[in-house]
Amino acid sequence: MTELERKQDRSPVPSAFEYAPAPESRDVVRLEDRYGLFIGGEFVEPRSGEFQPSISPATEEPLAEVAYAGPEDVALAVGAARDAFENGWSEIAPSERAKYLFRIARLLQERSREFAVLESLDGGKPIRESRDVDLPLSAAHFFYYAGWADKLEYAFPSRKPRPVGVAGQIIPWNFPLLMLSWKIAPALAAGNTVVLKPAETTPLTALLFCDVLRQAELPPGVVNIVTGDGRAGAEIVKHPDVDKVAFTGSTDVGKEIQRAVAGTEKKLTLELGGKAANIIFDDAALDQAVEGIINGIYFNQGHVCCAGSRLLVQESIYEQTIAKLKRRMTTLRVGDPLDKNTDVGAINSKQQLDKIRELVAAGEEEGAEIYQPPCRLPEKGWWFPPTVFTNVAQSYRIAQEEIFGPVLSVLTFRTPDEAVEKANNTPYGLSAGVWTEKGSRILWMAQHLRAGVIWANTYNRFDPASPFGGYKESGFGREGGLHGLEPYLRFE
Amino acid sequence: MRLPVKKTYKLYIGGSFPRSESGRSYEVEGANAALASKKDLRDAVRAAREAFPKWAAMTAYNRGQVLYRMAEIMEGRRSQFAELVGGEAEVEEAIDSWVWYAGWADKLGQVLGSSNPVAGPYFNFSIPEPTGVVGVVAPEEPPLAGLVARLAPAIVGGNAVVLIASERRPLAAVTLAEVLATSDVPGGVVNVLTGRKSDLCPVLAAHMDVNAVDLSGADGDRAELERLAADNVKRVVRNGEGQSPWHVAAFLELKTVWHPIGV
Amino acid sequence: MAQAPALPSGFELPLEPRLPKIGSVDQVAVEERAASLARRSIKRESKIFALDLAVRMMDLTTLEGADTPGKIAALCSKAMRPDPSDLTVPPVAAVCVYPNLVAGALQRLGDSGVKVASVATAFPSGQSPLEIKVEEAALVAELGAHEIDMVIDRGAFLSGNYAKVYDEVRRVKEVCGNAHLKVILETGELGTYDNVRRASLLAIAGGADFIKTSTGKIQPAATLPVTLVMLEAIRDVYEETGRRVGMKPAGGIRHAKQAVQYLVVLHETLGPEWLTPDLFRFGASSLLNDVLLQIRKEKTGRYQSPDYFTLD
Repeated sequence: MTELERKQDRSPVPSAFEYAPAPESRDVVRLEDRYGLFIGGEFVEPRSGEFQPSISPATEEPLAEVAYAGPEDVALAVGAARDAFENGWSEIAPSERAKYLFRIARLLQERSREFAVLESLDGGKPIRESRDVDLPLSAAHFFYYAGWADKLEYAFPSRKPRPVGVAGQIIPWNFPLLMLSWKIAPALAAGNTVVLKPAETTPLTALLFCDVLRQAELPPGVVNIVTGDGRAGAEIVKHPDVDKVAFTGSTDVGKEIQRAVAGTEKKLTLELGGKAANIIFDDAALDQAVEGIINGIYFNQGHVCCAGSRLLVQESIYEQTIAKLKRRMTTLRVGDPLDKNTDVGAINSKQQLDKIRELVAAGEEEGAEIYQPPCRLPEKGWWFPPTVFTNVAQSYRIAQEEIFGPVLSVLTFRTPDEAVEKANNTPYGLSAGVWTEKGSRILWMAQHLRAGVIWANTYNRFDPASPFGGYKESGFGREGGLHGLEPYLRFE
Repeated sequence: MRLPVKKTYKLYIGGSFPRSESGRSYEVEGANAALASKKDLRDAVRAAREAFPKWAAMTAYNRGQVLYRMAEIMEGRRSQFAELVGGEAEVEEAIDSWVWYAGWADKLGQVLGSSNPVAGPYFNFSIPEPTGVVGVVAPEEPPLAGLVARLAPAIVGGNAVVLIASERRPLAAVTLAEVLATSDVPGGVVNVLTGRKSDLCPVLAAHMDVNAVDLSGADGDRAELERLAADNVKRVVRNGEGQSPWHVAAFLELKTVWHPIGV
Repeated sequence: MAQAPALPSGFELPLEPRLPKIGSVDQVAVEERAASLARRSIKRESKIFALDLAVRMMDLTTLEGADTPGKIAALCSKAMRPDPSDLTVPPVAAVCVYPNLVAGALQRLGDSGVKVASVATAFPSGQSPLEIKVEEAALVAELGAHEIDMVIDRGAFLSGNYAKVYDEVRRVKEVCGNAHLKVILETGELGTYDNVRRASLLAIAGGADFIKTSTGKIQPAATLPVTLVMLEAIRDVYEETGRRVGMKPAGGIRHAKQAVQYLVVLHETLGPEWLTPDLFRFGASSLLNDVLLQIRKEKTGRYQSPDYFTLD
C-alpha cells in the first residue's frame, strides 16, 4: 500500500448495522375527504347525517370522514340487497356469478399495492404484512370461492343447495380487507346478496373495495357497504329481512348477537375470541419453534383471534427456550407501519391500547415477571412493545383473558396429558399450536386438543381452502373450504 | 391491394414451435399443417415427462390461476378463433370450459380425497395425485371446444399432456397452442401434434412412458389401441360428454397414508 | 466414540467438550425465515455500510486447474486494490487459492494485510487417504498460508461414520499451527438441514475456527437457509461454551444484493458484534465487481456498467 493510499480517508465504519428508513410511498392511495354509504351500487349520503373521521393509529391523523349509518340507512341497504337478490342475482347462471368473483380476485391482485398501503395506514399493521399476507389471501379467497359458484352440487351432493337470501355481515378491525373477503366471497358464490359493516376504526379498504366492484361491473345492490359503529351493527342483526348473520369480533358482542337472533329463523355464524396455547415439546426443532412463537403472538401486533397468546413450554427446555425467545424479541422492529422493515406496527386504537395496558398492569400486579426488549417508540400514535410474561399461573388474568395485543404469557408443563389439560382449560377453543418432531404425538395432540384449528410445527397459516372457526366460546361455523359454503346455503 | 402474410402452422413441443422432424406437412383448411411423425411424438412425450414434476409441484391455486389465464388470453383472441371454427358460440364454450376447470384445481382434494376413519389408533387420509404423462386424442368435431373439454381435465390435476389434434380441422389446436405459449403454462406441460391419427395413435397407445390415454377422439380400431395400452398398464380413460370433476379424477391416482396416533 | 479433542492454543474452556444437542431443523420454517430476512429493505447509509463490509469480508477466490502465477498475480492486485479509481474502497480479507499458488500469492500480497487462504485435504472431493490429506495441510501451513480451507469426508458422513469425520478435522487442526482452519461441509451433498446442523456441530467439535458451506464446485452451493442453519449451530455453541466460530458461505453468491441479504441474516441471528471479517467471510469471485458496481451507484446515484470495473 502506498503512502497516499494509507492517507486516504476511509468512511467511518459504524459499530452497528442500522437499517435506514425504507418507507413505502403513500402516493399510490387516493383518498376522498368524505365517504357516503355504498348502497344499491353507488355512494349515497347517510340519512343519519352523521360522519366520523377514521384515524391513522400510527400518527393520530384523521385520514377521511366516514358516514355512520343509522336505522333508516340500514333499512335502505337491506332493501337494496333484497331487490338485487330477487331481481337478478339469484337468477343469473352460476357460471356467470363465478366470473364476477374471478374479476374481483384479479382486480385485487392488480390493485394490491394501493390496498396494502391503505390497510396499513388505516389499521396500523406493517406494510410487509398487508402486502405479503392480507392482500394475497384476500384475492385468493375470491379466486377460491369463484370456483365453487357453479359447482355447489358437487360440494353438497343430492342436497339441492340454494342461497339463503340476504346476508348481514359484521367484521372486525384486525384484518379489515381479509375479513371482508372471507365474508363476501362465499356469500356471493352461494348466490346471496350482502350488507356488510366494516369495523368503525378501519372502514377505508372496504370503501375502496367499492371501486373494485365498479370495475368488476357487479350488479348494483349485490354488495352494500354500510359503515358505522355498534349501533349500525345491531340494526343489521335485528332487521327482519336479513336471512343470515355472520359476525367476527369479540365474544361479548357475539353473545349479544346470539341473544338478538334467538327465536328467529335467522342463520348465524360467529367467529369470536381465543386464548390459544402454543405448545412446545422438548424434541421440537427449537429455533423454528421460537419463530413460531414470535409469529404466533407478535404477527399483526397480536391483534389476532387465533394468536398463540399462551406459550406452554415443556419444563425440560424452559430455560433454553425463554433465552432464545427473549433474544429473538430484541430483533423485532416496532415503528412506522409503512416502513418495509417494520415487524410490529401500531395498536389499532386508543381504546385497545388502554385495554392492553390494563391487562399488562394486572399481570405485573398478580406477580408475573415481565420482559420487554428495549425499543424506541414514536411520540405520536398508539404503540405497545412486544411483551412476554414468565412466572405465570393458570389463574392469572393474563392467562385467562384475551389481551388482543403483543403480550405473551408463558406457562410450563411436564407431560403431554398435562399440556392438553392446560391448553383445554379455557372457555375458548379457537386454535392451538403443537411443536414436536414426533409425528404420532402431533396427531395425538391434535386429537385431544379442543380447538377448531390446530397448527403443527407452524402457526398462523391461512388458506381459502382450509376451514377456520372455533369450539366453545370461540364461536361456531366455519369459514374457508367447502365447509365455508354451508352457512350461506339452504338445503332441501 | 395488400397481400396478407400467411401463417405457418407448426407443432408445439416443449414450449417451442418446431416443424415436424420429418419435414412433412399436409394441406388442410386452406393451409399446410405439420405432419407429425412418431419421432415427434417421442419428443413430445419426453418434453411432457420433463415438464411434469414442476407442474405437479405447483400449488393447486397456481395451476388454477394458470388455467384461468388461458381463458383470459383466449377471450382476447375471440375473433381469431371464431374465424377458424366458424362462429363465436364454440369459442365461448371453450373459454368457459377453461374457467370451469380452473375453479376445480384447489378443490379436487376436498371432493375426491378423504380422511378415513380406520378401526385403530391411526390417522389415515387419501389424496388424489396426478398420474404423470397423459396422451389425449382430441375429437374431430368440434375442433376447439371438443379439444378443450378433453385437455382441461387432463392438466388441471397436474398432469402433462401429449395431444393429438383433430386431423381434418387441426388449425384451432395450433392456435390454441399459441395461447398456451403465452399464458404462463410451462413449456412441455401441453404438447400439440397435428397429423394422421392412424400414424400417431398406435405409437401413443404403445408408448411405455405414457401413464394414461384418452382415446375418445381416436378412429379406427379402438380395441387394438386399448390392447397396446395394456403393455405398461396404462389407464385407459373413457370420460363421457360434458364436464365433471370425475373427468379430472380419471387422470389421477389416489394415495392413502397411515400414521399412528400416540404420545 | 472419539476422545475429547486436544484444545488448540488460546482456548479457555472446561475440559469436557460441551455440545448443544443435535436436534432437528424444520425445513419449511427455516426456508421461510430466510426468505423473510431476505426481504429486509436495506437502503442508503445502511446499504453503503453493508457493501463496504462485504468487500472487507471477501475471500477472493480462484480454484481452477488452469490457474497460473500470472492469474494469481492479477487476483492479488485486485484483492489489494479492488477499485483503483476509488481508494476509499477497502482491500478484501483474503485470497483463496490452490496449494501450488500459495507462495506466489504470499509474495505478491507482501505486507498489505490481505491474507492467503489455501484449500487442502484433496479438495474438492476429500476422497483420499487421511495421511495424504493431513500431510497436504501440514505442507500448506509450512508454506505460510494464513488460513486453511479443508473439506470433510462426505462419504464417511453419509455412511454414518461421524467419528471418522470428527477425527479428520482434529488431525488437520493439529498440523495447522497458527493458521486458522475453515472446514467445508459441502452442504449441497448433505441432503437435509438436519445433516447440515450435525456436520456443523461435528466440525466445530473437531476444532474448526470457521465452518464453510461449499467448495463451489457443485450445485447447490451456499444458500440463505443453509447459512441460517449453520449460524444457529454456531449460536448454540456460543451460548453453551462462549466459543466464537466463524462462518463462510461460498459459491453461488454473485450479486451484491445477495451479499447484503447474507449480512442481514448474520446480523439478526448473531448480532452486530459478529459483523467482522474475523467471524464471517464470503467465498466468491465475480461478487466483488458487482459490489463495486453497487458502491459506485450509491455514491454517484447512477446505474453502472460492468465495463468500468477490471476483470482480473
